Amino acid sequence: MADKSRRGFLRTIFGTWFGIAWTALTASAAGMTLGTIRFLYPNALSEPPSKFKVGFPSDFETGQVDNRFKDQNAWIVRIRDPQLGDIIYALSTTCTHLGCTPNWLEGEQKFKCPCHGSGFKITGVNFEGPAPRPLERWAIRIAEDGQLEVDKSKKFQKELGQWDDPESYVKV
Amino acid sequence: MHTATQLAHSVQIGLGVFYLFVALMNVGFALYQCYAANNRRQGIVWSLVAGVFLVHSLAYFAGANWIISAGFRDFTTQVMGYYGGQLGPILYTTVSIILFVLFLRYRKFFTEPVVAWSILNLGLLAAGWSLTDDNFRKIITKEDNVPIVMLIFSVGFFTWLPFRRAVLNDERMANGEPPMEKEEEEKVLVWPDLVYTEMIAMIVCTFVLVIWSVLLKAPLEQPATTAKAPNPSKAPWYFLGLQEMLVYYDPWMAGVVLPTMIIIGLIAIPYIDFNQKGNGYYTFVERKFAITTFLFGFIVLWCTLIVLGTFLRGPNWNFFGPFEYWDPHKVLPLNNVNLSDYFWLPLGVTFPEGQGIGGILVREAPGIILVLLYFAALPPLLAKTIMRPFFIKMGFVRFFLLINLFQFMAALPIKMVLRWAFNLKYIIYIPEYFFNI
Repeated sequence: MADKSRRGFLRTIFGTWFGIAWTALTASAAGMTLGTIRFLYPNALSEPPSKFKVGFPSDFETGQVDNRFKDQNAWIVRIRDPQLGDIIYALSTTCTHLGCTPNWLEGEQKFKCPCHGSGFKITGVNFEGPAPRPLERWAIRIAEDGQLEVDKSKKFQKELGQWDDPESYVKV
Repeated sequence: MHTATQLAHSVQIGLGVFYLFVALMNVGFALYQCYAANNRRQGIVWSLVAGVFLVHSLAYFAGANWIISAGFRDFTTQVMGYYGGQLGPILYTTVSIILFVLFLRYRKFFTEPVVAWSILNLGLLAAGWSLTDDNFRKIITKEDNVPIVMLIFSVGFFTWLPFRRAVLNDERMANGEPPMEKEEEEKVLVWPDLVYTEMIAMIVCTFVLVIWSVLLKAPLEQPATTAKAPNPSKAPWYFLGLQEMLVYYDPWMAGVVLPTMIIIGLIAIPYIDFNQKGNGYYTFVERKFAITTFLFGFIVLWCTLIVLGTFLRGPNWNFFGPFEYWDPHKVLPLNNVNLSDYFWLPLGVTFPEGQGIGGILVREAPGIILVLLYFAALPPLLAKTIMRPFFIKMGFVRFFLLINLFQFMAALPIKMVLRWAFNLKYIIYIPEYFFNI
């Protein structure tokens, strides 16, 4: 007969071996569920700082792609743009097709992705292979100390007409 | 890099063992022809073939330096590079499809044991000659690629075997006899017959895996970093068909929609294919459409693309001929153009970037109309015309399910041909909303 008093409840869940077994099972199942939920939020630093300085504008040569910041997901490129003149911009190193990291091929003057063969011009515009849109550009500005500062928290996409935004390049 | 004119000693020994193996295979076949099939003449022919391979074997053991002709090698590489470097994949796919059609059409000839055996021998001879080329050998003997070499032979064998039986059965049934399988309807017991067979299979499997893991090194690469992707970056071998698909399609299509369609299609087969014939025995004539469609998807679109991805796709995912050096700086100009550009540019219409939905829909109207026609208008048209018997037999739902799945399968070769012939990139191109077909 079920004992409906407060002590009876405790006796039911801890008083018999059968009760202890079920209680332990419930507790461990609940623990596992909580652990699984906790697993979805890894205990890691979310992002390295999104802003970093890459040097003075005079450090970059016109027509050159700077590979030094590739592990920070940026190529620093200085070109002579027909409309804007001498500009520096920061290209994202993530292929817009499926997210591999392309390589800059100096001899062929193009970024070429090793995964599916997408090719991008020095401007980041896609011209061969399956990549559906140009590489993205990061925000770039001249900081107070005169160095270039890339800000990866803002991105600019050509197909949305965002490359005209003065934040997406630095005029030299 | 140029192929060495003098084979290394280890290569000579390897080729000696290879030809010895092929010679022994042919000795076995000659004995089979002589004593089991009671065909003396075939026995003599295959003994002679075994002798030729044995001579090859002994010559390489003795230090012979027979190598594939540089002229042939360079010719192959040159041919593959025609048409702006695009002829390679075109040739490869076209020849695969032609061979597939020829095999189905002349299955009686190709499944003849002597013919099949000759093809195998020619293939092995070609492989033997090709193995004297440094570039070919380097790629064929790479640890990752060993399963694919095995795949070529095992898929070949397991296509031949059922087709051989199907051809024999079809002949019998044409003469009014029952298929072979109906005559050997002897029942066997699970224990011990089946369980023992399974146990032996497991032991052989374990044995092979142990030998494999001892002899071939694990294909490990450098620690992963986002800054440096291996060039070429290859998917696991069983996904190379998908990776090849991704060359022609947007990741959303090739990575999500088409694989989902493959899985749905495979699940749907038993519901679409209600043909009761061919149950428990091999036949081709009674299930022509089903077998042809399935094998086209499996062999041409899946297996040959795995082989293409493994052996013929090199750095920057460029196509390389079988004897070509994998040069990461090979220049292949592939200027791809969207359908909307093909349509609007000659009319002098340009569309600014960053416009709204209305403008995008106008810009992509030609592609959208084509895709809608393909999926909505083509199936009823087929039901009315050439596929009318199918439609009547299968009913509305089954027929349209079949045709739509079929269209998704055909989408890959269609896009490949369009890419090669017109440098077409996307039929519908809406990068603003990640929607490209």
